[in-house]
Amino acid sequence: MAQFSLPKNSTIDKKAGKVFKSPGAKKPKSFKIYRYDPDTGANPRVDTYEIDMAACGPMVLDALIKIKNEVDPTLTFRRSCREGICGSCAMNIDGTNTLACIKGCDEVKGDVAIYPLPHMPVVKDLVPDMTHFYAQLASIEPWLKTDTPAPTRERLQSEDDRAKLDGLYECILCACCSTSCPSYWWNSDRYLGPAILLQAYRWLVDSRDEATGQRLDELEDPFKLYRCHTIMNCTKTCPKGLNPAKAIAETKKMLVARTV
Amino acid sequence: MSTPATSKTTPPRPLSPFMIGPYYKPQMTSMLSITHRLTGLGLSFGALLLVTWLVCLASGVDCYNAILPHLTAWYGKAVLVAFTWALLYHFCNGIRHLFWDLGKGLDMPTAEKTGWGVVFGSLLFTAAVWALALFVK
Repeated sequence: MAQFSLPKNSTIDKKAGKVFKSPGAKKPKSFKIYRYDPDTGANPRVDTYEIDMAACGPMVLDALIKIKNEVDPTLTFRRSCREGICGSCAMNIDGTNTLACIKGCDEVKGDVAIYPLPHMPVVKDLVPDMTHFYAQLASIEPWLKTDTPAPTRERLQSEDDRAKLDGLYECILCACCSTSCPSYWWNSDRYLGPAILLQAYRWLVDSRDEATGQRLDELEDPFKLYRCHTIMNCTKTCPKGLNPAKAIAETKKMLVARTV
Repeated sequence: MSTPATSKTTPPRPLSPFMIGPYYKPQMTSMLSITHRLTGLGLSFGALLLVTWLVCLASGVDCYNAILPHLTAWYGKAVLVAFTWALLYHFCNGIRHLFWDLGKGLDMPTAEKTGWGVVFGSLLFTAAVWALALFVK
């Protein structure tokens, strides 16, 4: 059954939030950031950090790093490449999922609200537990599967076949799309979600892969694929501009096509 | 052996906030999707209403005269207008879904354009149906 509210241990304690002011800031901007500390186990809270944007880089990740370096070293978040290719800093910023490193602070009017990716177990602050997501990725066996003996050199692919992978291979598995999907929120135990289904399609259309039938068999299930109701939050939120909804629709077409 | 990720002293992990509205911005596309579901739900009640009307019609003039004042009263008309719109919205958006099932119109600009088409189309058709019902005898 769909769950529409947070469990007791997850509701935000509105009174517990701390405020860190920045007196004398030339261009003050407030960041309201979700905090959860597993050491105390107290309910999550939202802390407010005022930052002087005149002395801060342009991106939300720059502000987060500034807060961690200069204001509150306990603030915890994942980050690595700072240029939108690793997918570590995926979070819910200003009500949509995106990468903190490629989201400009000036894209948000007023205060910047930052939460972890939605409907995920929180390890600490902005760090969600991705174990289940990665297990789902492993379940679709995202590697080239072949029966034919390996050629002496690489397996060749025509330019047209290679072009079919465009818009799929660029996925960095940041999970912005999956965690924006209401179907995934409520059925992630059995529904694979847009990110994993886009990965599944990436192998289905690969002309070199020889396990297409087996891969389709695996997806033919009331939940794994068909919990997608084309809500399109995935495509709307993808920070890489990819289209998981389209990949899912094409997968559904492949399943129909092989029965007619 | 590595130590388990969670020890007995670690409290259960909280669920991150997700609700559309306070935590996740409503998108035009997601709002139309939930409207599609709600109109679908509304239509099943509308079907019951239609059956009630037909049963009364078949049961004779007394029964029909008992229900008719309710259907022609302002609240009855309001329900019927809502039913008409729900039907037309579900119909128009159903066509949008059929194109999606063909793999067409799934890019964001097109999906938003067709979405507005469904919104305005369903309102326009509802107005047309009621104009016909009220003014063309």
